[in-house]
Amino acid sequence: MKHDLILRVLAKLLIPVIVLFALYVQFHGDYGPGGGFQAGVIFSVAFIFYALVFGLDSAERVIPAGVLRVLASLGVLIYAGVGVITLFKGGNFLDYDVLSQNPVAGQHLGILVIELGVGITVSAVMLIIFFTFAGRGRD
Amino acid sequence: MIESHISLLLVVIPLLAAPVTALLPGVRLPWLTALLVSWVCFALAIWQFALVMDGSVISYELGGWAPPWGIEYRIDIVNAFVALIVAGMAAITLPYALRSVEQEIPKHQIPLFYSMFLLCMDGLLGITLTGDIFNLFVFLEISSLSSYTLISMGRQRRALTAAYQYLIMGTIGATFLLIGIGLIYAETGTLNMADLSNRLPAVFSHHTVHTAFAFIVVGVALKLAMFPLHLWLPNAYTYAPSAITVFLAATATKVAVYVMLRVVFTVFSTGFTSDTPTDDMFLLLGVLGVLVASFYAIYQGDAKRLLAYSSVAQIGYILLGIGFASALGVTAAVVHIFNHALMKGALFMAVGALVYRIGSSHITQFSGVGRQMPWTFGALVLGGLSLIGVPGTAGFISKWYLVLAAIEQQAWLIAAVILVGSLLAVVYVWKMVEVLYFRPASDTGETYREAPLSLLVPTWLLVIANIYFGLNADLTVGAATTAVQVLGGIPQ
Amino acid sequence: MQFILDHYNYWIVIFLMMVGFYTVISRGNLIKKIAGLNMFQTSVFLLYISIGNVSGGTTPIIAEGFRAYSNPLPHVLILTAIVVGVATTALGLALVVRIREAYGSIEEEEIHKQDESF
Repeated sequence: MKHDLILRVLAKLLIPVIVLFALYVQFHGDYGPGGGFQAGVIFSVAFIFYALVFGLDSAERVIPAGVLRVLASLGVLIYAGVGVITLFKGGNFLDYDVLSQNPVAGQHLGILVIELGVGITVSAVMLIIFFTFAGRGRD
Repeated sequence: MIESHISLLLVVIPLLAAPVTALLPGVRLPWLTALLVSWVCFALAIWQFALVMDGSVISYELGGWAPPWGIEYRIDIVNAFVALIVAGMAAITLPYALRSVEQEIPKHQIPLFYSMFLLCMDGLLGITLTGDIFNLFVFLEISSLSSYTLISMGRQRRALTAAYQYLIMGTIGATFLLIGIGLIYAETGTLNMADLSNRLPAVFSHHTVHTAFAFIVVGVALKLAMFPLHLWLPNAYTYAPSAITVFLAATATKVAVYVMLRVVFTVFSTGFTSDTPTDDMFLLLGVLGVLVASFYAIYQGDAKRLLAYSSVAQIGYILLGIGFASALGVTAAVVHIFNHALMKGALFMAVGALVYRIGSSHITQFSGVGRQMPWTFGALVLGGLSLIGVPGTAGFISKWYLVLAAIEQQAWLIAAVILVGSLLAVVYVWKMVEVLYFRPASDTGETYREAPLSLLVPTWLLVIANIYFGLNADLTVGAATTAVQVLGGIPQ
Repeated sequence: MQFILDHYNYWIVIFLMMVGFYTVISRGNLIKKIAGLNMFQTSVFLLYISIGNVSGGTTPIIAEGFRAYSNPLPHVLILTAIVVGVATTALGLALVVRIREAYGSIEEEEIHKQDESF
């Protein structure tokens, strides 16, 4: 792995850009094309790229498998949690209108948080899938 | 507050609990969580059933978007009845699961197992409650994916190939459904099932609608294991962990039958199907299913596989009921959904208890065990009687209505087939009983203790339910009769 | 001829669908089966997306000067279906990995043979 100088330099340049792009897609999902699914996949691509260039072990040090499992569950809980909050605020499930004083702001807030949950789960699950397949047979 | 959100809570509570369960440590804690969730859901399902029993409809708008634009949960007595079966079977399978799962599944996988179980239940409940046909597809895939996982957790390596086979066939079925949904969406521009039933009649003559109907029916038929699309079922039920066999046999195919009822009678209505050979197809394949699968069942050496083939035959009876497309026939189908869940649940639980002690589901290993495990044996016999359709058991009620429906349409041949099917059931149930009770115990001198109480109590609860609903059919037949009126489009 | 050209999206979808479906049925290699299944699913995704197109319509984002927009709903539906497809593929491949560990083969016939002799 030590000789892949070009790959390493390129990876170091590209990974921040990929992560940034993922965040852009994530947080512009309320107005433009984008959202949690796409962002989650792009985000996980950055880590998969890192794992391909620097090896599985160092990637797993960056983001351990246990953390990923918690994140995967956390995303679902955020999603459903927003729904439960809307229930307690007197709306129907996932009725974002009640999240804020005015319905438009509520819709914005709701979809952002929901998509955040989706993004976290999707990227965590993608990484779990990758690490499970790549790590199979090693230990 | 709970009452107005009741149908939503049935879906959200398991959905919230599933990821939490996956993270819990140990064996008992995940189990306890799943158990509590399933009991809460059962209570909610009973409540919901009570609300719609008079034929009224609950409509719940997700996100506050009015249907047909938003997703709507639309609950009438049909959904509530099937949801009751799903939640009830989950609530009764989980106490059974504790011991059986501890024995069959490696310890570190147990939290994931219960998480998947909750997801599967969630998917099945979602299918029944939603009023949006695309949402139905998504829930169908949630339940299917989790059931593939659950099946692959079986002890033998053949569980893996069984799960793989089911995955391929299940995905083809689901994709067929997706094609059908896409085509009717292209024709009508709506996905809400109630809205579809209003808009479709205007385009009934279009070829696209006919194609869509064919795709949807074949896709759902794969899921409900209609003969000859049942090939995935025997392996899946044989090699899955015992608790999963119980749960899937009692619920998964039943929910698919519910989807078929909805699609054929509510979305498309008899006005459409009477111009197509649908009814005749259901009758023909139902007859073939009953006869061929029962014959196959007789020749099986594995008790779980025997019961799995018998399940295919029972699906055949339900299809006959749908195929008659009369009030009596559909009543029989709906009643049989419920009764078959009870009897197959009881039978698979009894066999699971045998497997728990013996370690194998091969009938040859059962020699004389019936005398050593009298309670398990008793449950198996009574469940078997119900499967045959002996008066006084639940199985009799549904067969009785089915025969009445056949006589009403003067389909004497089909009435005869129903009777022949029952006779074949006598043969394969007797095959197990004979080995269990009348063969001498195997000469290895091994004796088996009675199954633990945590396995016996759920089994006997189902057996008692079999007898109770055989003597008092007011609830089931009453619900089914109302269901037939609610489904719509069935000549009374 | 014009009929064929006008409905080119359907021809592509049907072609892909049949190729995928045939692969699932005819191949004995478990991974090839999954590849076929993927093609089969993807063809349906294309069907949805292509029927969502409105002639002369733009991207469904409200902007001044545009009246006709493509229908975004099929896209959203297919986003969900794609996620389902990813999950199915991952699960299928995971099963293949474990089948290979248990049987030492991913050819359907050999697996059958091993099960028969057992």
